[in-house]
Amino acid sequence: MKLEGGVWKYGDDVDTDVIIPARYLNTSDPAELAKHCLEDLDSEFTEKMSPGDIIVAGDNFGCGSSREHAPLAIKAAGVSCIIANSFARIFYRNSINIGLPILESEDAVSSISEGDKISVDLDQGLIKNLSKDEEYQARPFPEFMQELIASGGLIKYLQEKVNKNG
Amino acid sequence: MGMTMVEKILAAHAGRESLEPGEIVNAKLDLVLGNDITTPVAIEEFEKIGVEKVFDKDKIALVPDHFTPNKDINSAGQTKSIREFAAEMEITNYFEIGEMGIEHCLLPEQGLVKPGQIIIGADSHTCTYGAFGALGTGVGSTDMAAGMATGEAWFKVPETMKFVFSGELQPWVSGKDLILHTIGDIGVDGALYRAMEFSGEVIDKLSMADRMTISNMAIEAGGKCGLIAPDEKTFKYLEGRVDDDYQVYKSDEDANCYDVIEYDVSKLEPQVAFPHSPENTRPISQVGQVPIDQVVIGSCTNGRLKDIREAAEVLKGKKKAPHVRLLIFPGTQEIYKQAMHEGLVEILIDAGAAVSTPTCGPCLGGHMGVLAAGEKAISTTNRNFVGRMGHPDSEVYLSNPAVAAASAITGKIVSPEEVV
Repeated sequence: MKLEGGVWKYGDDVDTDVIIPARYLNTSDPAELAKHCLEDLDSEFTEKMSPGDIIVAGDNFGCGSSREHAPLAIKAAGVSCIIANSFARIFYRNSINIGLPILESEDAVSSISEGDKISVDLDQGLIKNLSKDEEYQARPFPEFMQELIASGGLIKYLQEKVNKNG
Repeated sequence: MGMTMVEKILAAHAGRESLEPGEIVNAKLDLVLGNDITTPVAIEEFEKIGVEKVFDKDKIALVPDHFTPNKDINSAGQTKSIREFAAEMEITNYFEIGEMGIEHCLLPEQGLVKPGQIIIGADSHTCTYGAFGALGTGVGSTDMAAGMATGEAWFKVPETMKFVFSGELQPWVSGKDLILHTIGDIGVDGALYRAMEFSGEVIDKLSMADRMTISNMAIEAGGKCGLIAPDEKTFKYLEGRVDDDYQVYKSDEDANCYDVIEYDVSKLEPQVAFPHSPENTRPISQVGQVPIDQVVIGSCTNGRLKDIREAAEVLKGKKKAPHVRLLIFPGTQEIYKQAMHEGLVEILIDAGAAVSTPTCGPCLGGHMGVLAAGEKAISTTNRNFVGRMGHPDSEVYLSNPAVAAASAITGKIVSPEEVV
């Protein structure tokens, strides 16, 4: 799958409380959560971003709470992919489980600037910076995770298993 | 080559003799936990999988504790969906208001946590169970749904980082200070993807309450779990709560570790984590003048009887500063009852505290003590991110219960030594 979008860039340790504050967690409706995506980090994010845009961030993206509402809010807001140096482990699992594309690449994070246009080939883990005419390679996923991603997330992966067994 | 504790636990649950860090294994689960924020999403995902029943109605724990007693109509709808799901699936360990507690205080008390188990919880502080030598780890709602359906989950075998504490603790220094000091040292991603293992003479002497506080905050350093090898204290806590059909795993001497970090904590002072990260720690002597509007004592980190006792010891015969709101949250009904029995609740109320029914409440800015713009709180909870306890322009300082209680008296952050 190929994605293309403009870049919004953030720093290290973006936590799940700023991605979706707990004051909005009395619902799990993705459309409602999307309205408040990144609100306490960048209050104008949902107004200025366009569907398909890509978040690029530093270390430990998504640290803190286990709330799946965080990747759900980002996905429902229309963000197509997150590229970071590293992800907090629960956020990492959650993103793969719900089918939100994430990639780890220090090269990409250090070279990409806010506003750059980039394209991402998820199958190859290849990131192209269309504004700067550069290419970066993301760390490959372990085989099992590639299967999960190819299925479209954990639930679809399990549905396939349930159907197969009968 | 020997194996680490986490490798042994994962191997035993994956039907393997041995395994290596980095491998991905499918492991059997002993318990699957969810709360009122994460469970509604898990129920929706569970229903998509296509199975009729949960894998084992005795191995699921549902604890509505975050926004309960229901803070608004939407939250009431969320807990209603859990209540109905629990009834439909005949889930044994569903805890209603009046019988409940903050999940990570409640489950050990209820005998649902045993050494050697694997417990996944749709709550990041599930790592608390590491204090019992159990692999407790936080996951999201979809993993919880899959766990409820299949009784299994995938795990990447983590590398282990050992933390060895030596020395003699100073007065008013407790488990909270050891873990804040550790996070201050290694940073909020210092143990990312790894298992943390805590040991040494200091850990040996600590109460189970303090050990739970330490394991609880492993996630604040990015850790997958925060393990402490079971010992006589662990077994004593478990006596009468669980059958003795559990396995005790300890790391082998020659097991391969990513790192071993040793701390001599003889001179360690009480620690305070400044906004807006648990890694921004300072010793109490270097805090300076920080006036506060609110004090929160409780949570899955510090809501146990020992914590309430410590707060009461500091507050006994004293009054909070007039402008300060002092909020105390015993972790479970049992802790609340025991605190009443020991006369602690009366001491706290006489000091001007509001003593609440158990709830996560203000820890995550849910209810029961949300901060306005510009307000500052000192809190025994686990996170001080932007907006964590309310308005994005409010501030949270993290400390142990004695420091929080002392600060309530003076209206600014101080050491207990200044008031006792």
